[in-house]
Amino acid sequence: METFEITKEKEVAKAIHNISGSQAVLEAFIAEGVHTIFGYPGGAIMPIYDALYDYNDKVKHILVRHEQGAIHAAQGFARSSGKVGAVFATSGPGATNLVTGLADAMIDSTPVVCITGQVFAHLLGTDAFQETDVINITAPVTKWNYQITDATEIPHVLAKAFYIARTGRPGPVLIDITKNAQIQKFDYEGYTKCEHIRSYRPKPIVRKEYVEEAAKLINEAKKPFVIFGQGIILGKAEKEFKAFIEKGGLPAAWTVLGLSALPTDHPQNVGMLGMHGNYGPNVLTNECDVLIAIGMRFDDRVTGRLDKYAKQAKVIHLDIDPSEIDKNVKSTVPVWGDCKETLPMLTKLIEQKQHTDWLKKFNEFTQKEIEIVINDELNPKTEIMTMGEVIKTLNELTNGDAIIVTDVGQHQMVACRYAKFNQSKSNITSGGLGTMGFGLPAAIGAKLGAPERTIIEIVGDGGFQMTIQELGTIMQYKVDVKIIILNNQFLGMVRQWQQLFNDKRYSFVDIQSPDFVQVAKGYGIAGQSIKDRKDLKAALQEMLAHKGSYLLEVMVGKENNVFPMVPQGCSVSEIRLQ
Amino acid sequence: MSTIKQNNSATHLPSGVAGKHDFTITVYTENQVGLLNRIAIIFSRRKINIESLNVSPSEAEGIHRFTIVISETEEVVRKLCRQIEKQVEVLKAYYNTDDEIIWQEMALYKVPTDVITEKVKVERLLHQHGARAVVIRKDYTIFETTGHREETEGLIKALEPYGLIEFVRSARVAIIKASHGFHEKLKEFEQTEPGEELIENEFLDKQEEVFTM
Repeated sequence: METFEITKEKEVAKAIHNISGSQAVLEAFIAEGVHTIFGYPGGAIMPIYDALYDYNDKVKHILVRHEQGAIHAAQGFARSSGKVGAVFATSGPGATNLVTGLADAMIDSTPVVCITGQVFAHLLGTDAFQETDVINITAPVTKWNYQITDATEIPHVLAKAFYIARTGRPGPVLIDITKNAQIQKFDYEGYTKCEHIRSYRPKPIVRKEYVEEAAKLINEAKKPFVIFGQGIILGKAEKEFKAFIEKGGLPAAWTVLGLSALPTDHPQNVGMLGMHGNYGPNVLTNECDVLIAIGMRFDDRVTGRLDKYAKQAKVIHLDIDPSEIDKNVKSTVPVWGDCKETLPMLTKLIEQKQHTDWLKKFNEFTQKEIEIVINDELNPKTEIMTMGEVIKTLNELTNGDAIIVTDVGQHQMVACRYAKFNQSKSNITSGGLGTMGFGLPAAIGAKLGAPERTIIEIVGDGGFQMTIQELGTIMQYKVDVKIIILNNQFLGMVRQWQQLFNDKRYSFVDIQSPDFVQVAKGYGIAGQSIKDRKDLKAALQEMLAHKGSYLLEVMVGKENNVFPMVPQGCSVSEIRLQ
Repeated sequence: MSTIKQNNSATHLPSGVAGKHDFTITVYTENQVGLLNRIAIIFSRRKINIESLNVSPSEAEGIHRFTIVISETEEVVRKLCRQIEKQVEVLKAYYNTDDEIIWQEMALYKVPTDVITEKVKVERLLHQHGARAVVIRKDYTIFETTGHREETEGLIKALEPYGLIEFVRSARVAIIKASHGFHEKLKEFEQTEPGEELIENEFLDKQEEVFTM
């Protein structure tokens, strides 16, 4: 028996000895545990697709309707699963269609590995059919990219690609493989995962001195304030973070990408930062004495006017990426490193405390915000439906257990402000790049990344039409995604700005939409459209109870605005409630 | 509205300009196709002009050395270096002011040979500038000199009246006075767990300034 097995192993090794570049690509994906690939075939990537035909039992390939959909789906997959997203696309237009998604993944630190086909190596630079200089086009929007012209490079380059994409501050990696390398047979010696690149330091070494200094500042603080971003989620440090704020009695506010790292109803969760964030967190940023920023990058939508941002406070900045330290806001104590390591170190050194009066101050601001903004948004007195009440009703039905995927615009801000979350990796949105059209494909990916969870896409009438063709992907693979279109018949966020800052000169924001329910029907997706409040709850219930994907269009107020708002160029303390 | 106006005018204030100096950025990298572009776009994205750029192999085998000269404020240069170092194939980036480095540029000058042989004055001139002849032909002679910008510039001015045909100057090459070379650093990079030395931190070195506010 034993001898038999040994010979069998040898045979397998022998059989795999001489393989094509394309097979080596797929072997790499399998070895890395990546079994879901979003893609679209084309001339220059045909050899890989031909190999894929034989790997059908090991790898699930999702044929999207546009390469942008492939990469957003891969992003959604990565964000809901915490794994690396994968994309196949062909050369030329296939590859250039990935650029938006690459830029999105770059700025939102999403681990994605893209394989693009390329013309034969001997044709490079000849303006061959579907030849584009993909490496140079994507250089600024990838963490790393590389062109393979020889199949023997494939195993170690792909190992590097996965290692770079998922370690340190994650990001997108693109590997361009010429057609000859895909076809070429070579002696395959197996796949070894990459664990070290001499010129690449995924995370800086934690220096105890900083942690001690930071703990000292926190212990001395009267009004400490924690602001956190996606770094907590990417670092898988949700537990460590919760222990940290609970021991220190620290109020904590989140950036859009940090949302869901801490349950929304945690007593120390004081709300959202930034342009459409909550009243208290914005105003009190300029009153705290120690500002503790964790895994966030002080985006301008968070800080408002920088020269009036938290000038009174000592700033502690925890980040894995050294280039983020002092980039926008000068730190008093920089704590470089993985927050999974630095947070427990800090927690150990800080004193058990409760900042009751300081927390109460946040609550006072919340009360004021409820009176002036939130009440009208969640319980409107007019007949016109608001986006907020849709989210509120949804919260009641899902109890905050669903993954909410949003697109970009007013509905995104409303969803982030009001959606309830109990667990991490539940808010998936395009934050840094603000990519309209992100939502639908990302929701598809999110479902495949977390099949056990309910996926609800909240999208506007504008953004939905940017990647509407991905309804075809939902149809073909029967992806269970619930789509809620909050239709205000406008490109709402731009309209809001035109109203507030351009004297209501509504320049090209009046967008017409098709009958979305009919469109969905064409794709075999059930749905309905509602415009009356009395139908809202039942419609949402029907959507959630429906087996399979469902589209619900809710007609909301045409000229509703998202408030509060920190107008561009203003300080966070100049936040407007109306 | 007034805040927006203030913002705009602030960017036009000469205060930012006054803080600009020449900085020499030294970057140690892997020898990789496409890395030059990745480094160049860090500057072009911020609309920063590269005054001079030299790429050559370094003392450590397989490691290339970029020498980049730009005129910017120290804060901008520091951030640029962080962005450069963030590139996967970059091992280390340093920036220095002119006082902290020894630097040279090389220049070549093409002059008609007949003028030189006829006029002794020219020969003396060349000696003064430390120039030497690289090629002497019937029709032209090529001289070479090495030095700072003023020096190579000085010889152009001196040769112009004698029919300078062509002139070319190399990028700056620079050696950091305080540097101990890259051999030892490279060994550390090759270890899986690098020492603290590698991830240098200017904050710690300036601890007093940093931790008191």
